[in-house]
Amino acid sequence: MPVTIEDVEHIAKLARLEFSEEEKEKFTHQLNQILTYMAQLNKIDTSAVEPLSHVIELSNVFRPDVVKPGLTQEKALKNAPAKTEKFFKVPKVIGER
Amino acid sequence: MDGKYRCTSMRTFDSISSDLSAGKTSCEQITQEYLRAVEGGKELNAFLAVFRESALEQAQTVDRRLTAGTAGPLAGTVVAIKDVICVRDEAVTCGSKILQDFRSLYDATVVSRLKQADAVIIGKTNMDEFAMGSSTENSAFGRVKLPLDQSRVPGGSSGGSAVAVAAGMATASLGSDTGGSIRQPAAFTGIVGLKPTYGRVSRYGLVAFASSFDTIGPFALTVKDAARVLHVIAGYDERDSTSAAVPVPEYAGSLDKEVRGVRVGIPREYFEEGLNEEIRAALERKIDLLRAGGVEVKEVSLPYTEYAIATYYILVTAEASSNLARYDGARYGYRARRTGDLLEMYTKSRSEGFGPEVKRRIMLGTYVLSAGYYDAYYRKGQKVRRLIQEDFIRVFQEVDCLVTPTSPTTAFKAGEKVDDPLQMYLSDIYTTSANLAGIPGISIPCGRDRQGLPIGLQILGKHFGEPMILRVADFLETAG
Repeated sequence: MPVTIEDVEHIAKLARLEFSEEEKEKFTHQLNQILTYMAQLNKIDTSAVEPLSHVIELSNVFRPDVVKPGLTQEKALKNAPAKTEKFFKVPKVIGER
Repeated sequence: MDGKYRCTSMRTFDSISSDLSAGKTSCEQITQEYLRAVEGGKELNAFLAVFRESALEQAQTVDRRLTAGTAGPLAGTVVAIKDVICVRDEAVTCGSKILQDFRSLYDATVVSRLKQADAVIIGKTNMDEFAMGSSTENSAFGRVKLPLDQSRVPGGSSGGSAVAVAAGMATASLGSDTGGSIRQPAAFTGIVGLKPTYGRVSRYGLVAFASSFDTIGPFALTVKDAARVLHVIAGYDERDSTSAAVPVPEYAGSLDKEVRGVRVGIPREYFEEGLNEEIRAALERKIDLLRAGGVEVKEVSLPYTEYAIATYYILVTAEASSNLARYDGARYGYRARRTGDLLEMYTKSRSEGFGPEVKRRIMLGTYVLSAGYYDAYYRKGQKVRRLIQEDFIRVFQEVDCLVTPTSPTTAFKAGEKVDDPLQMYLSDIYTTSANLAGIPGISIPCGRDRQGLPIGLQILGKHFGEPMILRVADFLETAG
């Protein structure tokens, strides 16, 4: 199931990335190469295998529901590329329709 | 390390410690020596930030504590930190343009534990961007060079941390290991690198790459030094709910160069075609030494080994694509200039901020998680991950640890694999399984090849089996 340039464009959109035409071609080739390699997993019958998502035995971790100090507003805004006194500043979200 | 980088600051904790107690030196003087080595080795590009002032200040505090007899267990140790781990008020770039102006708001748990133990933090080390790579060529701030031969790579992704120790710029360093990023550079640079059991060391303050794989561990010149650092950084942390509430043993205390009666497995799948012959021969010599030391050596099989790389790259790219979704240019990190709407701001910031390998992995991860492919790739990968883990659990009923090569080759030339991602991925063939299974592994030096490049030997253990792999590593370090 070869990946096409259109697939790459679709995935890029989902990932919030954009590429030049040349990069798209390169990615299409490389993704196909890697996915073909990954397809070897299909040789294994896993119908009776439970997926593993956590490698050590852990049960839910609870702690008392006590309020602790977190980041102050000033600290939280410290690394913002654009901000006002109290908020992160981003391009206008609500358009004029 | 021959010539230039085998300098006076190439010291173990034991030698520092005895000089300190004999009054021959001070922590400040030791720190000065390391700072000079860092300055002298600038061309290697191992450091992204050097904390000259705060390191010296910290050293003076340690000296006062030494005089007062209140110094911590790592007094006299100077440690470098991979730039994916937070040190308060300092930059944490992850080797990426997207975080180049970001400053940590807090110390990672490992860093606060090191400080409490009176280690001096000398600076932050260079790395593959977001720890994605096996050669430290993927840094936005230039590649790291192997001290022995600067046309070669030091391995990756913790290449800067490995070089810092190998070139005498720190007593020890911290790296992160998601698929071999501590063990493989330790092998390439000829030092000790330890990847602990998943959950053994808190990940709080480690910038996430693949959360179910990421571990933090030490590099050092000796097994004992690595054990000492592990002892300090290991243990439960309420800030990381995946950290394990398993008691931390006195790792360094139990090392006595004695291995009689230990059962060591040699997994045949790790010695098949693709392994460099000189590496095979070097390992066989060490395995003979184990036998001579009274070890019961036994061939074992891990049949799912051949699927490790495919499984690994499906799962880590999936986790990475989710973890890296946070870099959107809104709250922190790089934001592209002159963008129209919000969507364009996200897309341009990410496209300009991330390097090619990171984008490739985000793309792969997004693909394997996308509608229609989730079951075929991601779910399948999780199932095979269980089979790989079961391989290890079964084998560890028969043996106490496994001995394997760390890498199929010694340090390769810069530029050799950078345009062939699959070839680069295949260089992790012996290391990714430990992360898939969550088990600990250590790489120790195992001689040199004909070109004089270091060979690494890997010892894998059971979950929380660090004492056993350290014991065997400590024996092999001086045997023969």
